[in-house]
Amino acid sequence: MKSGIVVFPGSNCDLDAYHLLRDVLNEEAEYIRHDAGSIGDVDLVILPGGFSYGDYLRSGAIARFSRIMPAVAEFAASGGLVLGICNGFQVLTEAGLLPGALIRNRHLQFRCSQVYLRVENTATPFTCAADRDNVLQIPIAHGDGSYYAPREILKDMEEKNQVLFRYVNSSGDITEEANPNGSIGNIAGVCNESGNVAGLMPHPERAGEKIMGSEDGLVIFRSLLQHLGKEGVGASV
Amino acid sequence: MSETTWRKLGLTDREYDQITGQMGREPNLVELNMYSVMWSEHCSYKHSRSSLRLFPTEGPRVVQGPGENAGVVDIGDGWAAVFKIESHNHPSAVEPYQGAATGVGGILRDIFTMGARPVAFLNSLRFGNLDDARVRYLLDGVVAGIGGYGNCVGIPTVAGEIYFESCYQGNPLVNAMCVGVMPLKRLVLGKASGEGNLLLLVGARTGRDGIHGVTFASEELSEASEERRPAVQVGDPFMGKLLLEATLETIERDLVTGVQDLGGAGLTCALTETASRAGSGVEVDLDQVSLREEGMHPFEILTSESQERMLLIVEPEKLESVKEVFKRWGLKPAVLGRVTADGMVTARYKGEEVVRVPAQSVAGGSPVYEPEAKVPEYYSRLSEFDPLKLPEPDNYGEVLLKLLSAPDIASKEWVWRRYDYMVRTSTVQGPGGDSAVIRLRETGKALAMNVDGNGRHCYLDPYLGGMLVVAEATRNLSCSGALPVGITDCLNFGNPEKPEIFWQFRRCVEGMAEACRVLEVPVVGGNVSFYNEVEGEAIYPTPVVGAVGLLEDYRQQGRSYFSGEGDVICLIGSGELSLGGSQYLKTIHEKTAGKPAGIDLQLEKVLQSFLRSLISKKLINSAHDLSDGGLAVAVAESCLAGNCGAEIKLAAGNVPVNELFGEGPSRVLISVPATLFGEVESYCNEMELPLKRLGITGGEVLIIRSGGDIILKLALSDINRAYEEVFSCIME
Repeated sequence: MKSGIVVFPGSNCDLDAYHLLRDVLNEEAEYIRHDAGSIGDVDLVILPGGFSYGDYLRSGAIARFSRIMPAVAEFAASGGLVLGICNGFQVLTEAGLLPGALIRNRHLQFRCSQVYLRVENTATPFTCAADRDNVLQIPIAHGDGSYYAPREILKDMEEKNQVLFRYVNSSGDITEEANPNGSIGNIAGVCNESGNVAGLMPHPERAGEKIMGSEDGLVIFRSLLQHLGKEGVGASV
Repeated sequence: MSETTWRKLGLTDREYDQITGQMGREPNLVELNMYSVMWSEHCSYKHSRSSLRLFPTEGPRVVQGPGENAGVVDIGDGWAAVFKIESHNHPSAVEPYQGAATGVGGILRDIFTMGARPVAFLNSLRFGNLDDARVRYLLDGVVAGIGGYGNCVGIPTVAGEIYFESCYQGNPLVNAMCVGVMPLKRLVLGKASGEGNLLLLVGARTGRDGIHGVTFASEELSEASEERRPAVQVGDPFMGKLLLEATLETIERDLVTGVQDLGGAGLTCALTETASRAGSGVEVDLDQVSLREEGMHPFEILTSESQERMLLIVEPEKLESVKEVFKRWGLKPAVLGRVTADGMVTARYKGEEVVRVPAQSVAGGSPVYEPEAKVPEYYSRLSEFDPLKLPEPDNYGEVLLKLLSAPDIASKEWVWRRYDYMVRTSTVQGPGGDSAVIRLRETGKALAMNVDGNGRHCYLDPYLGGMLVVAEATRNLSCSGALPVGITDCLNFGNPEKPEIFWQFRRCVEGMAEACRVLEVPVVGGNVSFYNEVEGEAIYPTPVVGAVGLLEDYRQQGRSYFSGEGDVICLIGSGELSLGGSQYLKTIHEKTAGKPAGIDLQLEKVLQSFLRSLISKKLINSAHDLSDGGLAVAVAESCLAGNCGAEIKLAAGNVPVNELFGEGPSRVLISVPATLFGEVESYCNEMELPLKRLGITGGEVLIIRSGGDIILKLALSDINRAYEEVFSCIME
């Protein structure tokens, strides 16, 4: 699997994604600059976490105008796999590649902590190696992570199984206490209708080694590898 | 020039005479402003320099000691650790968010200026009592500001400390530390060397913010300080991040000769210090400085403390390559001028020469004062107080719960969960441990780090307090298994022109220096913050130590909490104990008095080396330093993190309150697998270190016996509630 990690000015989890792919999973990865005109030959595009352009306006609102974004949209439209993590998720919603929006955490504070996620749909390239109702421990670190979508859109998303992850407690129950930011329906991650573009606020790339506290984030990358393997595309060394 | 002019700029008549003497003429107004900021206490260390010479600053690992932007220590494999701590107290007192944020931004620049990749932030904070609404506002703002900057630039904030005392009510302490790493060969210094080399200014535009920020930092706070709000700068972490990446890229590609960040005293400091360090001169054209607003006077351009600016010294033939790197990060350096050989800083503005001053004189010519020192009246009075004459408490469990819920001791998770402590995926141990541990991906080693201070101890006995703070900071590293390789200090004191304050300062420094010498840890950099007074009332003398240690293998860091049933709990180290200056006395009896327990530095040294050896040999499951709240608090903390109970027994005949809550240095609580206890015990005997077997881990209750009687019994869930919920309750 060859991944391209988009680096916006102000991205700061680009290194974390790169490290996980290269050093932990032994997969190919390269950085793609925000001002590049094309994606190049990759199997997966990652929009990493950080504060693109400082996020002084709405998070992700400026990054979506970057020169690389039309190429990302085109890649997605042709069925390419795109994963937005944290700020990357915000950029994807701002760009209209994913439904909904990420607004200020309900308690108005930045929050960095371990949370639990429940896998809601295992029929996507991002979750196919997980079992439904798997509970994953993955950290969050964000100030604008409260997922919101209007009722009718939400209903549509539910019908099309576009909710990938919800915040739950350690036993897998959706509770108010388990919701770290006030996301509607405890939604932590979603995908587009065709399932090839996904975004989540938690950081799976930070949950890839036991010494970091959890390896549960690996299931997303294993899913991608499994999915690409089935298609017979570039699962490398 | 009239005397009111220089006096208004904070210069004394004698200092003005020295300036004219060194210049050979009277300065013009622009030049006088440059002297004013550079000869301020904040920049010139005129009241502290003679004492700071006492610190040992050399050692086999020291590559760069004090005097540069940050200290540099060799950590093997061709790599170096670069670190520094700095205060941002006064700005934070009037504008907590920006004050703290720019404190973080400033210390960040100090690290990457040297060529190092910043890998961690730490901070040490002091506030007044939380029952005051303004204090809560300051705490909330400072925490938000630290997070706002650190989270955005993508460097984890991994450790810190927070204390609350009424002496910090109007004058909080905000000390920020940054640690970076780099290949040794990339080290760049802040020197303007090589005649004809170009001076480039890059980053944010220069505005009127922060003018005379350093003189603000060098005076006491008062009602009028609110008017000083314009002296506080505003941070732009996005620009900070761009500067960080672009500057490191120019250094990696060997494109720059010297680098200096613009912090306190702005361009004046950067120009005069880089020239002075290199023994060169510089000439600049102020019209090249890109400004935020029109009509700025040359003195404003030269003393502005606008954030996120860097000065680079570049060979002319490398100019285009440097510009190209910055362009890719959306930045455009301005060529201000060039390096000369005449030792002068010359500045032109609109075609006219507005400044021509000797660089050495402005940067290093300030007088060194040896202020009078006098033992304060309170000293002997308070040290005579005998806490053991206070009545023994009826209920030790209640006391313990009260201590655990005191904001000084209680869990600070409410604070650190607002910092991204995991970004860069190298935080092997984050906030909450005895020290934080950051792995070094390139070498497989790790750096341990922490900050420590104890204003109460230093107030009651500054010499002893100075020794204790160095001992505790390094002991915390050793509890994580790391070898201390260097410290950086932030010395927060009142007005040094008062003899009692200078006595506190001098004695603290002497104590710290002595501990550094015996424990063999060099001081590689730091900062002095004087004039921490409101309406004439000084803070406690509060030296803060930022310590950095090396772990040979990042997987070998020690834990600070009990992790299994049936481990033997022991106390190793000194038997010296006192309730003087203790948390018990403060929280339960609202008193700060008595004498803290003394320290045997040789014993401390043996203890620390023994601990590191126990951890590297994997003979113990946990090690936790005994600090505020003594044994009882340390045992409770060790129970909580791993959710594992304990039963311990105190020796009969001793005073339980002293045994439980008395504090003393050189004491560490360890838990040992039962099968290894014999080995640890004989190893301990061999090292001639006292070891007391206290009890055993397990269960969901903490039980403490004295002789045969149970004197304390608490469920972990109750302990946890007391410890965890305080901040959320007070702050939300």
